[in-house]
Amino acid sequence: MHAQHFRGGVHPPDYKVFSRSVPISVVPAPNKVRVPLAQHLGVPAQALVKKGDRVCVGQPIGACVGFVSAAVHAPVAGTVTATPDVNLHTNRVVPGIEIENDTSDTLFAGVAPVTTVDRAAIIKAVQAAGIVGLGGATFPSHVKLQPPADKKISTLIINAAECEPFLTCDYRLVLEDGERVVRGAALMMTALDVHACIIAIEDNKPDAAQHLRALLGARADMRVATLPTHYPQGGEKQLICALTGREVPSGGLPMDVGCVVHNVGTAAAVTDAVERGMPLIERIVTVSGDAVERPGNYRVRLGTPIRAVLAAAGCDIERCAKVVIGGPMTGATATDLDAPVIKGTSGILAFSAAWVNADQPRPCIRCGRCGTVCPIGLQPTQLEALANLRDVNALQAQYAADCIECGCCAYICPARRALVQGIRYGKAQITALRKAVKN
Amino acid sequence: MWLYPLLTMSFFGATFGVGLAYASRKFAVKTDPRVQEVLDALPGVNCGGCGFAGCAGYAEAVAAGNVAPTLCSPGGPDVVHKLCAILGVSADISERRVAMVRCAGAATAVRDAAYAGVQTCALAALVGEGFLACKSGCLLYGDCVQACAFDAMEWTPGRVPRVREDKCTACRKCIAVCPKALITVRPESKNVQVVCRSQDRGAIAKQKCALACIACTKCVKTCPVQAISMDGYVAVIDSAACTLCGKCVEACPTHAIQQAHAAA
Repeated sequence: MHAQHFRGGVHPPDYKVFSRSVPISVVPAPNKVRVPLAQHLGVPAQALVKKGDRVCVGQPIGACVGFVSAAVHAPVAGTVTATPDVNLHTNRVVPGIEIENDTSDTLFAGVAPVTTVDRAAIIKAVQAAGIVGLGGATFPSHVKLQPPADKKISTLIINAAECEPFLTCDYRLVLEDGERVVRGAALMMTALDVHACIIAIEDNKPDAAQHLRALLGARADMRVATLPTHYPQGGEKQLICALTGREVPSGGLPMDVGCVVHNVGTAAAVTDAVERGMPLIERIVTVSGDAVERPGNYRVRLGTPIRAVLAAAGCDIERCAKVVIGGPMTGATATDLDAPVIKGTSGILAFSAAWVNADQPRPCIRCGRCGTVCPIGLQPTQLEALANLRDVNALQAQYAADCIECGCCAYICPARRALVQGIRYGKAQITALRKAVKN
Repeated sequence: MWLYPLLTMSFFGATFGVGLAYASRKFAVKTDPRVQEVLDALPGVNCGGCGFAGCAGYAEAVAAGNVAPTLCSPGGPDVVHKLCAILGVSADISERRVAMVRCAGAATAVRDAAYAGVQTCALAALVGEGFLACKSGCLLYGDCVQACAFDAMEWTPGRVPRVREDKCTACRKCIAVCPKALITVRPESKNVQVVCRSQDRGAIAKQKCALACIACTKCVKTCPVQAISMDGYVAVIDSAACTLCGKCVEACPTHAIQQAHAAA
């Protein structure tokens, strides 16, 4: 089968060379973690512990409330010292739990494998483990495993594309722990009751693709698809288009075209949740960028301050001009280095001033490149202008809400205009309007 | 042979002449001649301050008697007099109004985040409601200054913009762009105002900004005419009742009530 191309996209230099050959190492759990109760999309978790309580590793400290929500667990054993408001790296303030680590790492007694592995048990285990999309979107995974009855799912797609420059955490996970990924994918197939699974990977990681193929062996229901290295190949909608030729309709979800997409990290976490009963308390984070002395891939407990992870990678914070959380294309500049690592923190990239683009935006020259590279087929320059005019009706008529915020338009713009940021402003206006209409 | 063209053209001329004369009576559109007079009297800046898209829209509405003749802020009392004369009505001429920014933060507000993104208030406000600890404070990038069509905003980057009252026409364009809704319009003479919108509780508000209203209610108790009331955790002065005695300015422990002086 030939992979199809999605429209648009760009080819940024991948810079994975910094960290791709560095095996995953562990950042020691800090003396104090601050675990936010809102690390996911949806309703924040409800605190289950109070000041003075003793908690063990993997003990639930936040309960999943409502359908789109996720549980939160203690990443270290110790005492709850406070329930402060935590400032996330996006400058959002959310309720959190502060735990002082007693370094005993005592495992919570409730952590036990699932005994009978069937559809309901897997979904229950995934929900109990607080698993969310680890690619960065942090959408609760158990929701994606329970599509409404009228949506027939035919294909599970495991996303190992990792199209963002710099990031190598998924690549290292596949190389070092590919078996967990494959087992997790098989569990998710059971949960979704589908009989076809595609693990998608970009062709700049041939060794990982090879490794996965060897692991799959002669399995007929799973296959590895190698896709061209092309940003945003790892975008959900682009991946579906490239693998199946189906286009997710405007305002729709992958399940509208019979697909469910999960990240490789999520698959590995599902294995842990089902086979060991281990909730999501740590993740692999790529620490890279020119200001980092020992770029690499680190296993980090959730709630560890970003500053501590940078220090573990030998980064001189004084030299940093900018720290980006996530990939350079879709990530956010950290507003506070004391913010904790959360479930969606796929990368921490530290750059010195030489690597930071300080160009000022100039007037649009109407070259149309942003429209050419937009994978959704929008007109970014026009949307940006409409957002600045605050013309919500026109923004809606031009499908601003369908923007996936991949950043291709801002990347390609020769006038250095902050197009994706402008569209994000437009989307915020649409959201505000919809909210106002609802009330 | 010169006769035929002459006759033909005369015939056409006469026919069309009669036709046009009939059509001009039959299909005449009745316009109010006062609309044009009103439009000529308006300043023609199309600022939109009256609530209509431009002066023409307002002129039609005024001539039709649908709205008051006092809505044109740039025109001021002069225009109101002219409109009243044209329309033969009398109007309650309200005092000239000016915009004001209800934040005095900037230098005093605590910043709890580093922001290096696009340098506009609108986009800065999207990143966790802004980089200040106080989520009600002015974001200092001057979106209102850009929006002002009358050069009525005095601003140095990094400071809270100040309204030049002599130039301000109260067109409200700045109000529309401020993501923190800090700008309001007040009568020009009523220059004693609370310059804080923080709805944080006193102790927290004080941690975030030295100039915050801490809801101590001293001003409410001090005011001899009961013109001050509390809106949640921030004091509000009723401009209609205020006598400009200035007692609240002295009483306010955080200087969150200020008396603006005419711009130099």
